[in-house]
Amino acid sequence: MTTDIEKKGPEDAVPPAGPEAIKAIPVRHYGRYVSAVVAIAAFAAIVYAFAQGQINWDAIPDYFFDDRIVEGVGQTLLLTVLSMAIGIVGGILLAVMRLSRNPVTSSIAWFYIWFFRGTPVLVQLFVWFNLGLVFEYINLGPVYKDEWSDFMTPFLTALLGLGLNEAAYMAEICRAGLLAVDEGQTEAAHALGMSHSKTLRRIVIPQAMRVIVPPTGNEVINMLKTTSLVAAVQYYELLRNAQDIGQTSGAPVEMLFLAATWYLIMTSILSVGQYYLERYYARGSSRSLPATPWQKVKTHLLSFSSRQGGNA
Amino acid sequence: MTAMVKAEGVHKSYGAAHILKGIDLEVAPGEVFCLIGPSGSGKSTFLRCINHLEKVNAGRLYVDGELVGYRQKGDRLYELKDGEVALKRRDIGMVFQRFNLFPHMTAVENVMEAPVQVKRETRAVARERALKLLDRVGLADRAGHYPSQLSGGQQQRVAIARALAMEPKLMLFDEPTSALDPELVGDVLDVMRDLAESGMTMVVVTHEMGFAREVGDSLVFMDGGVVVESGNPRDVLTNPQHDRTKAFLSKVL
Repeated sequence: MTTDIEKKGPEDAVPPAGPEAIKAIPVRHYGRYVSAVVAIAAFAAIVYAFAQGQINWDAIPDYFFDDRIVEGVGQTLLLTVLSMAIGIVGGILLAVMRLSRNPVTSSIAWFYIWFFRGTPVLVQLFVWFNLGLVFEYINLGPVYKDEWSDFMTPFLTALLGLGLNEAAYMAEICRAGLLAVDEGQTEAAHALGMSHSKTLRRIVIPQAMRVIVPPTGNEVINMLKTTSLVAAVQYYELLRNAQDIGQTSGAPVEMLFLAATWYLIMTSILSVGQYYLERYYARGSSRSLPATPWQKVKTHLLSFSSRQGGNA
Repeated sequence: MTAMVKAEGVHKSYGAAHILKGIDLEVAPGEVFCLIGPSGSGKSTFLRCINHLEKVNAGRLYVDGELVGYRQKGDRLYELKDGEVALKRRDIGMVFQRFNLFPHMTAVENVMEAPVQVKRETRAVARERALKLLDRVGLADRAGHYPSQLSGGQQQRVAIARALAMEPKLMLFDEPTSALDPELVGDVLDVMRDLAESGMTMVVVTHEMGFAREVGDSLVFMDGGVVVESGNPRDVLTNPQHDRTKAFLSKVL
């Protein structure tokens, strides 16, 4: 590769017939130098403070793959996936209800969103948890009958609390997405003889996805972190298990750092997935798709090597 | 012979705004029927009534002898279900001012979409015919392009191919060249002229008086929601009888 470029020689880098390239002394941004030095100093001070503190760093790798931690990570992921599934399905349903011409369904959807967005999710979790005080039994006729406390396990409490809350947020995201699609698209599909549901499925929703996916990715990442709240309703996920280990092993702060590291790993992986999903739904909306990170790295490497070749 | 489109006293209003105030006209099969008039005269609204994108408030509108949007039993009208309206729209192609191509599909996928989804054709059959139609509008080499990668004129020709894919008996054109750069108008008009020569019944809302004169079989001048003047395009355009028509034509010709 490099030899190939060297053969051409540096003259080829600038077209001989073109105008002379401008060579000027660039402006010196002294402010930038100062702020960089200040920022580095502040960062170093914080790192130093933590290094100085009485933190038993060795405890983190010791427990990093502890059974309880791995189990907790699994529970956190499970809860995230299931609550988001409830949230997305419920959100689409609510968005369609909200946009329907039927005043009854649209008002009910409005009320749902108003209620679940207007109260803190922790309060909602506690309410689900304590609903046994109101309902002694759950009685679905001949299908199912049980005491409320046996029916409403911590897992179901967590799932309903997080999922139903999420549905309200997803409803607004989906509604914005559906409204963002030009009305001419619906008209064109109808003029071709497509039914309402087919128009929605084949024409409107795929285009709405471009608007819906980015905020939904944020919601997934948010949900992953919000699952830590369910520790308050006796559900054992990552944070709760880490705290338990911290209490018995005498390294509570270290275990919190451990949990934070796990959360960071999971959210980072999700961010990468989100990037590729957005890229998929961007097709057709711009003339060329944005490069994947890998493609970016490749072009940077190539331009770097050719620059070197040119200088040689 | 039954008229392809027949309007009897068609009225349309949006709330207090009275857009169409009694339109009577007939479009014969195989005819190229041009609608001209100033903006706000109701010509686009009337066109959209023909495939029931807009509901008529009063009067009767027939396509190929059948009432649009309703079923008549005795002297009672029953609104058609969505599915029945969709079924009738299959036979009426429509081309929009702003193209309205599906941006998440390539040109050929745009043309295939309705035959596959509505007529349940296999993808292979639909694709083959879509490619032929794209060839017919001069875009065989653009089949794999997304609408954003096509010029306005090319997009509008894909839109015509998309409407033709349903093998309609009537084509509606809603100012098909108004959103185009002047140099691109010709390509679209050529495709429409070719379509007219093949015997397609066409209702065209347009500002292209040259097209109306050369290709049109009938012409209607609308203003203020009524038909002011109608007849042979060459007669109306060269020798208008009404003052309103004269005033309008003196501005656009």
